[in-house]
Amino acid sequence: MSIAAHSWYMMIRHLRALGRQPWWIAITLTQPIIWLVLFGSVFKSAANIPGFGDDSYVDFFAPGVVIMTAFFSAGWGGMTMIEDMDRGVIDRFLATPVRLGALITGRTMQGAVVIAIQSAIIVGLALLLGAGFSNGPLGVVGMILVASLLGTSVAALSNGLALVVRREETLIATINVLLFPLTFVSTAFMPEDLLPGWVQTVADVNPLNWAVEAARISASGDDWGTLAVYTGALLALALACAAFATRAFRSYRASL
Amino acid sequence: MQSAIEAQGLVKTYPGDVRALDGLSFEVPEGTVFGLLGPNGAGKSTTVKILTTLAQPDEGAATVAGLDVLANPGRVRRAIGVVAQRSGVDREATGRENLRLQGQVHGMRGRELEQKIDMLLERFRLSDAADRIVRGYSGGMERRLDVALGLVHTPQVLFLDEPTTGLDPEVRTEMWHEIEELAGEQGVTVLLTTHYMEEADRLAARLAIVDRGRIVAEGSPDELKRELRGDAVHVELGESVNGRAVEALGRLELVSDVSVEGRAVHARADDGARAVPSVLQALEAHGIAVASVTVARPSLEDVYLRYAGRTFGEAEAEEKETKR
Repeated sequence: MSIAAHSWYMMIRHLRALGRQPWWIAITLTQPIIWLVLFGSVFKSAANIPGFGDDSYVDFFAPGVVIMTAFFSAGWGGMTMIEDMDRGVIDRFLATPVRLGALITGRTMQGAVVIAIQSAIIVGLALLLGAGFSNGPLGVVGMILVASLLGTSVAALSNGLALVVRREETLIATINVLLFPLTFVSTAFMPEDLLPGWVQTVADVNPLNWAVEAARISASGDDWGTLAVYTGALLALALACAAFATRAFRSYRASL
Repeated sequence: MQSAIEAQGLVKTYPGDVRALDGLSFEVPEGTVFGLLGPNGAGKSTTVKILTTLAQPDEGAATVAGLDVLANPGRVRRAIGVVAQRSGVDREATGRENLRLQGQVHGMRGRELEQKIDMLLERFRLSDAADRIVRGYSGGMERRLDVALGLVHTPQVLFLDEPTTGLDPEVRTEMWHEIEELAGEQGVTVLLTTHYMEEADRLAARLAIVDRGRIVAEGSPDELKRELRGDAVHVELGESVNGRAVEALGRLELVSDVSVEGRAVHARADDGARAVPSVLQALEAHGIAVASVTVARPSLEDVYLRYAGRTFGEAEAEEKETKR
């Protein structure tokens, strides 16, 4: 039995569970709405600062919001893994022919689908607020793909951590400590030229920043070479995170 | 007859030097219900984990459905159904969705799968609740779904790890009916673990008594009880006197195997009724007050006491103590 089929069944399971909690989906969207509306107006005049490339702040900020939302949405992906461990669901599957990788891939695939939907909603909202994406619909699709790609890495990382720490409280704390600082050492809020030097240096090795830059280029830029480099780096990261999660799963099984 | 399960010298030590299994061996003939009876912490669940490929033994070997669990875990998983001690159902999905996913990971598809699901729902009286979220099921319904999940792919060997623990007495009796029906079916071998004497007595054709990671006795419930010969005499004393009671009864010819546990004295007698007067006399002569006397045909409880050297209740209390 192929891992693809098993991953598909698992993805359906997780999507269905999520679809039954419409409130959860609404809540995950409040954060980006606050970002867009509040930061959008607070920093409106930031666009007038010399060195700020784009015409309007919302144009500049929208890709950042899409990426940050994907980042956090995927960050909580490991919570359902812990729930499944606590409820004996993982142990039940481990005694069946299910492919180990599918128990992780199914979750990351579900995460990617959720991110695509959330991103589309954010784009719609940004358009309402007057944002423009100069590369048109194709550019927006590219931006959403970048968001899903980053989400895949983060979801795999979150699932791997869940298998290591095995407690919800610890996972929440770990994810917060890991993810939160990364949002500020990036160009999500301000263009690189306006950031302090040390932040620029850190941002260069910050995967969130790779994704924000890549999303921005896809939506309204033309530096395709840079886009290719960042996308490649994100792909490599996704593979590394998947390898980590699979290893974490093996050691979880060995500890039974 | 071929063995459905064969465990040889299983040893498993957990971190902190906890020796869960200490050379455990047993064999289960095909098509029977075999019980592993023992107090909590005796090593039953660890045995099931090893036989179902979830855990690996430090030493020893095992085959299930003729397949080596260490060399061939993938093929073993295809051949077995597992109902773990803790429920493993997805509580956010419906009963039908749970069964469907379980069938799918076993490679089942389409009509064959849907028909099997309907059959199992019917059989475990879940048809009406099939499309409801499991979160709203009662404890008994959830447990029946657990068993149904273990049967979707028609396994050769079914593992039932403490299937009725935590269920209401009424629901437990219902569950026993279900398991008895399973036993009547051709071909399927059932390994049942339990710490309920009554459950093992009623359901298992053969059973092995597990204590401290080893098998201490094996046979059919009746064989095990018959081996004890005679009756069990239980005396409840007015106060705890320890050694003096053994001293008082040790010299009597009519009773044997005298043991004391707090205020309770256990002894065996070929003819319990005839032994009682002299037991009472002997205790009185030593100035020991008696609160009550009972004579009983041997139970699995007595079998356990005989082979493990302590009562079941004591063993469970000890286990709780070491866990602390």
